[in-house]
Amino acid sequence: MKARGVAHRPGAGLRFFVYACLGFGTLLFGFPLLWMLSTSLSPVEQTLSYPPRLLPLAHYASVDGQRLEVTLDAEVRPGHWAVTERSAGSKSADKDRRRAIVPAASVQTQIRPRWENYPLALGALGGTSIDELEGFVAPSTRLGADSEVGFLTFFANTVIVCVLGVIGTVLSNALVAYGFARLKWRGRDAFFALTLATLMIPYPVLMVPLFGVFQGLGWIGTLLPLWVPAFFGSAFNIFLMRQFFRTLPVELSEAARLDGASELRTFWQVILPLSRPVLAVAALFHFLHAWNDFLGPLLYLTRKHTFTLGLALQSYQTTHGGVQWHFLMAASTVTILPVLLLFFFAQKTFIQGVATTGSKG
Amino acid sequence: MKTRDFWDLGKGLAFTAPWIIGFSVFLAYPVLASLFYSFCDYSILQRPVFIGLGNYQKLIFDDVFWLSLTNTLYYALFSVPLGVVTSLSLALLLNLPIRGRAFFRAVFYLPSIGPVVASSMLWLWIFNGQFGVLNWVLRPVCEWFGTSPPAWLGDPAWAKPALILMSLWGVGNSMVIYLAGLQDVPKELYDSAAIDGANAWQRFWNITLPSISPVLYFNLLMGIIGALQVFTQVFVIAGGVGGNANPLEGSPSRSTLFYSIYLFSTAFYDLRMGYASALAWALFVIVAALTWLATKLAASRIHYSV
Repeated sequence: MKARGVAHRPGAGLRFFVYACLGFGTLLFGFPLLWMLSTSLSPVEQTLSYPPRLLPLAHYASVDGQRLEVTLDAEVRPGHWAVTERSAGSKSADKDRRRAIVPAASVQTQIRPRWENYPLALGALGGTSIDELEGFVAPSTRLGADSEVGFLTFFANTVIVCVLGVIGTVLSNALVAYGFARLKWRGRDAFFALTLATLMIPYPVLMVPLFGVFQGLGWIGTLLPLWVPAFFGSAFNIFLMRQFFRTLPVELSEAARLDGASELRTFWQVILPLSRPVLAVAALFHFLHAWNDFLGPLLYLTRKHTFTLGLALQSYQTTHGGVQWHFLMAASTVTILPVLLLFFFAQKTFIQGVATTGSKG
Repeated sequence: MKTRDFWDLGKGLAFTAPWIIGFSVFLAYPVLASLFYSFCDYSILQRPVFIGLGNYQKLIFDDVFWLSLTNTLYYALFSVPLGVVTSLSLALLLNLPIRGRAFFRAVFYLPSIGPVVASSMLWLWIFNGQFGVLNWVLRPVCEWFGTSPPAWLGDPAWAKPALILMSLWGVGNSMVIYLAGLQDVPKELYDSAAIDGANAWQRFWNITLPSISPVLYFNLLMGIIGALQVFTQVFVIAGGVGGNANPLEGSPSRSTLFYSIYLFSTAFYDLRMGYASALAWALFVIVAALTWLATKLAASRIHYSV
């Protein structure tokens, strides 16, 4: 094993071995994501066929003199396929479809990603049945507030929780960390030690009484328990920001004080602008945490119109998800996509953030 | 106290005020309340009734408690060491002078930041016994050995190994931490070792490993704590296996009834909040004991250098 800084470069044989390992690793780590994308773009019958198709395909054949998209049902005799007209639907309106037996040579196959899976999957997430979405049955006029709930509601809920949580995290932790890092007061160090000690407490210990607290506040069934606590600091972020604030020169604060700036003004106009890197790390990781959180929404959200994306996805999967793999994968892709985008735009902050959180532990 | 001190204290308390509230309401009170509830018979509908050590006594004779603990320890015992080996190996590879480091790092890191609900759906599909892509790859291999691939999450014997494999997909985060640690190893150490004629294995064992031991210890602790509390993926997968399984039953055949799942269902489905609090404190003790053990074992082997 040669680490960075070893004088000579590894030989060709070793280099080949290293790239082979990396290539194999890339396959193992990257393939699942590609497989998710591929399934999300496939027609339903391809997700339920063996062997699995790696690319979404469409077959075309002449039925009753018309060129149609068909499904290949079975090879009835060598070189001949029984085909059925493929309408958008998965299982409905079966009797209206045209069927034929055609020579295999006349079937044309091409790669066709089905982007239409996405609007259907997102519609299904809200509880609208597939038949309604595909227009086989008239939209039912259901009663109750939940009938208007759909993907956009879940998306908006998740964004609200994330954005308000990020604002709260940055403001509260910076303020508190400033108090710990750059002010001297009696009891400060003891309180900070106590703060660090709370990092040891596993979440399950807090779960039951926290539920009681939120119930007492009348917050169960609302988004409040998911973002309001962010405005009251968290031990880890206080620690992270304190470490950063302590590296800023004391002279800065003294100069501001001599100019007659108040403590709050020094914090806001001198320290905060210099602390963008650590604020970005805290903001990013809180966003990620809030976007990915499942246990919180599961505990506190009771009605569908308050669900976050992750909870809606899980609830769809348990109620009708059974074998709708193409829809499940489409909805999963949509849930992962914002995180991927965030990574590509803030890759440096991510990597530095992980590195600092690790080495400070 | 002088006026000056008094004024400083006021300023300090003013700045930390949000945390004083947050600490009291969202941490200190819940911890104390939870400890109290663990000695009570308590459903959220009625006032808690003090029953002394009753809950803890019940715990010892609770088969489901032991089952969920065994399942969880089984998972942790394999997923934590395998995770350390995988993430450290990847970090060592990425630390070599290679082209495309940023690309490989992104590929290995990305799966670890995706929402667990979505990645659990994905693995539920990959592990699908009938149409899953994993068994499509494995079937020819297994047939060559005259057997057939398992149903993974549908098979009580294979559900936990499947979850362990899935956990390895998320090692990217600790890989990045190792990578940062590896890049901090002083270059001079390798230079002098090269002069002494140390081979690659000796350099790894005598320089790399001691130098990154604090990082290794940190990742190990985080791994243990995380593995003992694993919840979301198990909840999603147990609820997704075989249609409409109740996610809290740990299907198939309670093989994925993990500690957090049992705790969650005791508290929020059976509404036995007192007993659930006792379960939570038992978990705390287990985590603390394992942390202590890891620290004890590691203490002499960790090298903190500047």
